[in-house]
Amino acid sequence: MTLRDKTADDSPRSLVRAVLYDATIRGWVFQGLVLVFLILFAAWVIHNTAVNLRAANIPFGFDFLNMRAGFDISQKPIAYTLDSSHAQAFKVGLVNTIIVSVLGIVFATIIGFVVGISRLSKNWLLARAATVYVETLRNIPLLLQLLFWYKAVLSVLPGPRQGYWLPLSINLSNRGLTMPRPIIGEGFEIVLSTVPVAVVLTWVMARWAKRRQIATGQPFPVFRASLGLIIGLPLAVFLVLGAPLSFEFPELKGFNFVGGMVIHPELTAMLFGISLYTATYIAETVRAGILAVSTGQSEAAFSLGLRPSQTMRLIVVPQAMRVIIPPLTSQYLNLTKNSSLALAIGYPDLVAVFAGSTLNITGHAIEVIAITMAVYLALSLVTAALMNWFNARVALVER
Amino acid sequence: MNRIETDTVFVRRDFLEPEAPPPSLGGVPGWVRKNLFSSPLNIVVSLTMLFLLVWLLPPLIRWLFVDAVWTGTNREACLPKNGETMGACWAFVNAKLAQFTFGSYPADQRWRPSLVMIGFFLGLAWVAIPKMPRRREGVWFMLTAFPVLTFWLLYGGLGLPIVETPNWGGLLVTLVVAISGIVASLPLGILLALGRRSKLPFIKIVSVVFIEVWRGVPLITVLFMASVMLPLFLPTGVNFDKLLRALIGVALFTGAYMAETIRGGLQAIPKGQYEGAASLGLGYWQSMRLIILPQALKIVIPGIVNSFISLFKDTSLVMIIGLYDLLGSIQRNFSDASWSTPSIAPTGLIFAAAVFWVFCFSMSRYSMYMERKLNTGRKR
Repeated sequence: MTLRDKTADDSPRSLVRAVLYDATIRGWVFQGLVLVFLILFAAWVIHNTAVNLRAANIPFGFDFLNMRAGFDISQKPIAYTLDSSHAQAFKVGLVNTIIVSVLGIVFATIIGFVVGISRLSKNWLLARAATVYVETLRNIPLLLQLLFWYKAVLSVLPGPRQGYWLPLSINLSNRGLTMPRPIIGEGFEIVLSTVPVAVVLTWVMARWAKRRQIATGQPFPVFRASLGLIIGLPLAVFLVLGAPLSFEFPELKGFNFVGGMVIHPELTAMLFGISLYTATYIAETVRAGILAVSTGQSEAAFSLGLRPSQTMRLIVVPQAMRVIIPPLTSQYLNLTKNSSLALAIGYPDLVAVFAGSTLNITGHAIEVIAITMAVYLALSLVTAALMNWFNARVALVER
Repeated sequence: MNRIETDTVFVRRDFLEPEAPPPSLGGVPGWVRKNLFSSPLNIVVSLTMLFLLVWLLPPLIRWLFVDAVWTGTNREACLPKNGETMGACWAFVNAKLAQFTFGSYPADQRWRPSLVMIGFFLGLAWVAIPKMPRRREGVWFMLTAFPVLTFWLLYGGLGLPIVETPNWGGLLVTLVVAISGIVASLPLGILLALGRRSKLPFIKIVSVVFIEVWRGVPLITVLFMASVMLPLFLPTGVNFDKLLRALIGVALFTGAYMAETIRGGLQAIPKGQYEGAASLGLGYWQSMRLIILPQALKIVIPGIVNSFISLFKDTSLVMIIGLYDLLGSIQRNFSDASWSTPSIAPTGLIFAAAVFWVFCFSMSRYSMYMERKLNTGRKR
């Protein structure tokens, strides 16, 4: 309003003009129109849904979660029977999703870092092999790869009798991966409890070593010492307690294995597919991160007299990680969301169990899909929040 | 000091011919030494890789080509007889090729989808190759008239017999879902990206929520929603096509990702451009349409192509809600009794993988090419 020309007449017409062309007022009117439209649209959708649900005789509500599920789930990491509720089935699905996501993230990270660094290797053969791997698997849909591992590799494997024996008594057959089951003996909790102790000790040692180096210039092999602590301490306690861990080895009885631990073919195929696929993206992230650190940085480090390993550890990796970690997290998120493709090969994850079986049995489409989406959405939002916090912490402080 | 005058001073007036490097450094041996065997670690790595190649490649080639069955009319051709090893069953792909391309589109009408596909690839070449004349008109044609023509040709009406969408299938459905997804998501993405950068608080909140919700959930739940919830949202009796429902889900989902891509481009435009537009007296929409968006969209062309690549791969998910795209129609034929042999599943899936790979790889190369080209344009 302040911009209005003083010489303009204050007749009602020009006042109307001024109001009509005022950016703020226009903005609010426009927003109001959008709001009204959204409310009307939502009301229309809700009305239609209510009418349709009444016609289909499905009352809206979450009571169905307490009803008897009555379907079986092939992989039950937590207690579940046919008489369990749909809520329990939801939990089983969620745990299965978490299992495949966590294992997938571990494998994909390892493969991704190895391949990403290999692509930058001076060894021509290795670099080419890594490139071919990345360019092939990245350009094929994940669903197709999952079906390939499941239908074309694992189901045409021979039965347990002719299965392939891998090292450590692991058997690969059409029943999946069969491996020795660890049996936890007495006192194993003590062994486990030494791990946090070792971590705390490492932290204290690292602080001490840093202070000493600043004060005296004397370096201390922190990395090797902490590795020794974290592996050595639990190992020593483990041996002192008389190795309270034994393995039950799988044995062939008749046509199948008795004992041991079985990873179902569905989970095996999921892990193969999802780790190898996501690893290609992680490899590209890692490569980009390392390339983002300019060569001047390593040259400067060399001129300060740091050895190549020190240069890598103290100069290149910390700077590369700043670039790598944000996209790496979004790859982890993608992997978790992609684990929903498990449905296609019958691995009982959250979507397969809940949005599949429960939805089909109860018909509560809106509630089931809303819950499923909410789980993934919550996960994404939490990760995004953590990522923003991390970025704010590690971002370069510019002058 | 006397200067010593002699006749025997030797002054070289031209350069020596450079000597060839020692044989161990030049040519093939030198290359091998430098790139494969430069250190003990490299020697181990190279030998391991060579061993893996020798171990994996010959059986793979034998399975794919040498032992493969190329001709045949039913499963008999691909069944291993008395202990001999059998490779891929290409006869299966050969026999079903029309189905993998068109689904169960009536055989006498298949010229229609063929025409659409040829038209699409010609149009794409027109729009995508930088030296082509009248590219701007090409883009408009591909975004407006071509979809209408495609719909008429594929669905029918106005003199053409109608082919219902359940009969569409194979690569045709893959292309239809991917292309209409990208075409529909572009305007949606532009609006959402502008909304997210808007100064109007309510518009901004609505856009952010919309974008983050769709980006936070897996596509498969979106497709489920489109296939089981969408019919509930509409008035009773309105029941539309399964393919259209999947398209709506895909478009909303891709729109959210597209919005983030385009927002990146909007953020890359210097503030001076906005101010320059404002100082010329342009309003919001005018400055967006004439100044900001043309520059922003040009920057994000590689990003849009990358979105299209992931969308193209994601179209395979429509198989889960019962549509028969390329992967779905191949998968459906695994249960065909007249072809049921152990080798058809690997063969079919490898065939599908090859088709997807050719599309996605060429698009990713194109995106890299555009990126290089656009970069030099901006470098000055």
